[in-house]
Amino acid sequence: MTDLTGTPAIPPGTVAPAHVLTSLLRSRSGLTGAVISIILLLAGVLSLLHLLPYDAIAQAPASRLMGPSVAHWFGTDQFGRDVLSRVAAGVANSSLIAVVAVAFATLVGTAGGLVGGFFRGVPDAFIGGVTNVLFAFPPLLLALSLASVFQRNWFTVAVAIAIVYVPIFVRVTRGPVLSLCEVEFVRAATSTGRSRTMVMLRHVLPNLTSILIVQVTLSLSWAVLTEAALSFLGLGTPPPAPSLGSMIFEARTLVSVAPWTMVAPGVVVVLLVVGLNLLGDGLRDVLDPRNRGK
Amino acid sequence: MIQRILHHRALRRGSQIFFTLFGVAVFVFVMLRAIPGNQITAGLGTEAAALTPLQRAALERYYGLDQPLLTQFFSWLGNVFTGNLGFSSRAHQSVLDMTAHSLPITIELAVLSIALGLLIGVPLGMLSASRPESARDALGQVVGLAGLSIPAFLLATALLSVLAQVWHYNPNGQGFAPLQQDPLLNLQQMMLPAFVLGFGIAAPIMRTTRTAVLDIRLQDFVRTARAKGVPIRRLYVHHILGNALVPIVTMTGLQFGYLLGGAVVVEQIFSIPGIGRQVLLGIQQKEYAVVQSTVLVIAVAFVLVNLLTDAAYRLIDPRVRAE
Repeated sequence: MTDLTGTPAIPPGTVAPAHVLTSLLRSRSGLTGAVISIILLLAGVLSLLHLLPYDAIAQAPASRLMGPSVAHWFGTDQFGRDVLSRVAAGVANSSLIAVVAVAFATLVGTAGGLVGGFFRGVPDAFIGGVTNVLFAFPPLLLALSLASVFQRNWFTVAVAIAIVYVPIFVRVTRGPVLSLCEVEFVRAATSTGRSRTMVMLRHVLPNLTSILIVQVTLSLSWAVLTEAALSFLGLGTPPPAPSLGSMIFEARTLVSVAPWTMVAPGVVVVLLVVGLNLLGDGLRDVLDPRNRGK
Repeated sequence: MIQRILHHRALRRGSQIFFTLFGVAVFVFVMLRAIPGNQITAGLGTEAAALTPLQRAALERYYGLDQPLLTQFFSWLGNVFTGNLGFSSRAHQSVLDMTAHSLPITIELAVLSIALGLLIGVPLGMLSASRPESARDALGQVVGLAGLSIPAFLLATALLSVLAQVWHYNPNGQGFAPLQQDPLLNLQQMMLPAFVLGFGIAAPIMRTTRTAVLDIRLQDFVRTARAKGVPIRRLYVHHILGNALVPIVTMTGLQFGYLLGGAVVVEQIFSIPGIGRQVLLGIQQKEYAVVQSTVLVIAVAFVLVNLLTDAAYRLIDPRVRAE
């Protein structure tokens, strides 16, 4: 893509994937983040494929509230369910919701920022107005009001979270689009008589890649947090599907008897968020040309 | 000339806020309509199915649901402007009265949280910046990352459960004590929730402070002050922190959204009857009038706080004022 431009890279730009990967693995925070995220997501995938030794939902009263052991690494909960299997299933559920939510927010938000920044005028004013309205609500409050309005299932939870993050993607992309419109290669493409839409999609959009990669990673960590908070309040993933938030909620009365029921989901949710945050920070360092050489 | 520009700016900002608040009202109204069913089914629950079409029509006329949507919207907006935010049938109280009780509690919580957030975040950020890449910097960064990554509901639940079940200390377990009645117990009850929220906002404040101090440290006037023999502590507090205030104030203002959202979770966990809990109770009891009006109140407060932050920012930084 970069050969199309013929100009030196400007802050929003595309970078060769192989280069990104090697630089990312060389940075300490990027590597740590990538390792943590991959291990946790792998556990989630194993759970989705039913490859874990215990079922996350089936109850086993005989083995209730057992401490961590060789058979149950993270112990069992008040219904005798294996906490490790439930945590893995919770990671899978939370990640699924977070990925769907962020994908939706990225598509809609980027489209908004792109159209607003590129065409200006009325579309820009309209999109900006809607963005301002959505920004007028505290994020978690907006998510839980929306979640309370919809019929509750995992998809509507994802949509509720997505709506909260749409305006962020609009803001993040609109500015770079504005500055890209002033760069020579975009002007040149316009002057060759290509349609405006074509220029927007072929020349402006690809140059938003690095900004979007960073924003998507960071948004994933927020989406995981939001989903966990919603499930904690009873407005997220409906039971009996395990969720990290609802596991912590259920464990609150068991702390003195079975602390592992809170420690396991608590540590995992923090690790998941830390991993994604570090990965996002690492990617930002790699992808932002202003940081190169530091 | 400058005055004309200022006038123009204020006008533009004013109209933007007007449109945003109007949009907020439309959004909240549409959300109310999007709820499956309406006030009738929400109020009666499953009994709504037993209504004859005639009874249903009568109820719809009574609630104004047979009017066109636009009429309904403007009559609702008119009610809001005259202070009629709806009525909670469970609490036997108007939403306005409920809000008058709950809002000051949340404001107290927010003020305490911001104070704690600044108390943790600013010194930590300065400590980090005083020797970048050192052990103390790493410590600051770790605390910052922890603040960003440990969700408020987890920290709150863990603190409350451990203190109550292991050390049997639970000031929040005996009914809420308003500030004017029992200030000592009130502060005990507010301490943990304010710490949880303060810890959450300390991280961004710490990061902002660190970046700002690192930036300002290298400027000429700092070197001059140093050459003049200004003691190091005075240099940091007076010369550097004074100039770092602008980004810190902005960041603190930006955290208000987190604070109001986090208040929902934290107030619920610590049984504090603030405005966040009012929303959540409304949702749980399906009292949509309470939910919609309270959400509207919070959104308006949030917009106003952002406006104030903007004004404070102009007040502190003479450069912005001159622009």
